[in-house]
Amino acid sequence: MVNRGRLWAIARKEAIQLRRDPRSLALAFLLPLFLIVFFGYAISFDVKDIRLGVLDYSQGPASRRLVESFQASGYFQVTRWFADPREMERALGRGLVRLALVIPPDFEGRLGSGRAAPLQLLLDGSDAATAAVAQNYAEAIVARFAAENTLRGMELRLPVEAEIRIWYNQTLESRNMVVPGLVAVIMSIIAAMLTALTIAREWERGTMEQLISTPVTRTEVVLGKLLPYMAIGLADVAAAITAGRFVFGVPLRGDLLLLAVLTLLFLVGALGVGMSISALVKSQLLATQAAIMLTYLPAILLSGFVFSISTMPWVLQAITHVVPARYYVAVTRGIFLKAVGAGVLWVDVVAMVLFAAAGLGLALAAFRKELG
Amino acid sequence: MNPFAVEVSNLGRRFGPVVAVENLNFSVERGELFGIVGPDGAGKTTTLRMLAGVLRPTAGDARVCGASVVRDPEEVKRRIGYVSQRFGLYQDLTVRENLDFYADLYRVPRELRVSRMERLYRFSGLGEFQDRLAGNLSGGMKQKLGLCCALIHEPEVLFLDEPTFGVDPISRRDLWILVHEMVARGVTVVVSTAYLDEAERCDRIAVLDRGALLAVDSPARLQASLGGKIWSVRADDLPRAQAVLRSLPGVRRVTRFGDALHLTLTDPQRDQRRVIDALGREGIALLGAEEVEPSLEDVFMEMTQNRP
Repeated sequence: MVNRGRLWAIARKEAIQLRRDPRSLALAFLLPLFLIVFFGYAISFDVKDIRLGVLDYSQGPASRRLVESFQASGYFQVTRWFADPREMERALGRGLVRLALVIPPDFEGRLGSGRAAPLQLLLDGSDAATAAVAQNYAEAIVARFAAENTLRGMELRLPVEAEIRIWYNQTLESRNMVVPGLVAVIMSIIAAMLTALTIAREWERGTMEQLISTPVTRTEVVLGKLLPYMAIGLADVAAAITAGRFVFGVPLRGDLLLLAVLTLLFLVGALGVGMSISALVKSQLLATQAAIMLTYLPAILLSGFVFSISTMPWVLQAITHVVPARYYVAVTRGIFLKAVGAGVLWVDVVAMVLFAAAGLGLALAAFRKELG
Repeated sequence: MNPFAVEVSNLGRRFGPVVAVENLNFSVERGELFGIVGPDGAGKTTTLRMLAGVLRPTAGDARVCGASVVRDPEEVKRRIGYVSQRFGLYQDLTVRENLDFYADLYRVPRELRVSRMERLYRFSGLGEFQDRLAGNLSGGMKQKLGLCCALIHEPEVLFLDEPTFGVDPISRRDLWILVHEMVARGVTVVVSTAYLDEAERCDRIAVLDRGALLAVDSPARLQASLGGKIWSVRADDLPRAQAVLRSLPGVRRVTRFGDALHLTLTDPQRDQRRVIDALGREGIALLGAEEVEPSLEDVFMEMTQNRP
């Protein structure tokens, strides 16, 4: 059913058209580049260097030590010293500091006499996520400070001390999570913005009527149109991985070949979905919108790329099981960060194979070689 | 060998409740230049699309080069060339790239390709525009490119859907020269048109109106079928004259043709007298009258106006 000459003719024609269309080129190469930089640099889900203001009524060595331990943690940066509460309120209100630490005048004395020494922490809750993280960090620092003070001068170790060690992403850098997930998003974009247009554009421009009057087969049209977009997709993925590895220092620990194979499968699936939408609606505008709804948005929102699946309401969690990007994000993170193989990822591997088959099958079924 | 290139039987197509064409029955002989003639909305495009295998009929069937357009449209596509009414080639590809693309799709062997392209370039005059984007060609040149792409595999039958639509008069003449050249080479050409001067160039025509086939014959025989001459009358108040003559007994038909009225009379001897009397009674000045051979336009008017 597939003649190689005709397959190449379609692929070559599509490639020439892509090359001559600045809009498509921008979508194919500039948008992914922008996303890599955007998510890699600008957007960070990390909570670091939280701006801290201090209102120290005590002004003693203990209070200085406490502030130092905040500073030394790396999570906080003392940017303001307040003289009075009004100044503190203003700074919090304007967002100059996210957190204010109030040390009462009797702090030193209470600590010295072994009594409870209350502190006040004021958090800017307008960014709830950052506030929650900052609260946890601050509590941990204060707890540690309290423990040190209580035990000072005694050669006693705590009976249990947790030595927490984070694996796979030791520094918990969100960048390490983002770059692998981004690959899935970039491919969804190519599927939605480029592939979804190819068939619809031919219907709109009237070139399809001429094309279907030739002996070319449906398989040749669909596969021939897929090839150039697959090449673009693979180039984008390679760029994302290279940038992740060398610009952002995201380690690639696992098997590159396995990643490539699974990437190819995901790409076939995503492009196939884009193409079947294109064949069904026959309008470029509708096809783009439908493809954004069906591939791009789920890839961003429901894949675990931005929002962790385990913290979603159960309904959304259930939905993520039919979002192919979810499995692909698991694949990229697994291979990138954990160096796991197909044995561990077998569910995701099966999902990729099914997705590729379904995408291609849908595209072949949706494209008809006749006017309707 | 089957003497017919196209055999249409009871062919019809509906779009939902709308009937585009129905009950078409005609045959096209091999080597014939066959016209499908009718006004806009007659169903010409629908008919050609079905014959080219790109639109599925909802009734009847047609055999093109012996293959059924219902059961084996892909075999039909291998044997024919089709040029849609709307320019169907890639505007962002050059002339040569378009031709190459279609040569690939029709699997034209490499060794034949160069000579064929050369011939098509010469035949169409597109040679000097090989590297121009198709989108930058003039309307006439675009149509010629469409023709070349449909001829690259040397089809037995060529379907042209209003090839001169929106094309300037010079290019129109050129295109018809090309069509005649192809017929001379033995290609069967089925062409649709709304222009009657183009219909007259065809060996035979099918007259289509509002989805129905009214007649199939050579233009000459269709003209003869009107039975006798047309009386062409010029008068000073044509609209009023037309109204008066419409209700006159013996006048079968009145059609306005430019500055004259074409009358079909039941009995020319008797009825010419009646017409002159009637105009005189109404005070309409007769400027001249002569007997003329019926044109295809007269035939056309006769056939379409007498329909319910």
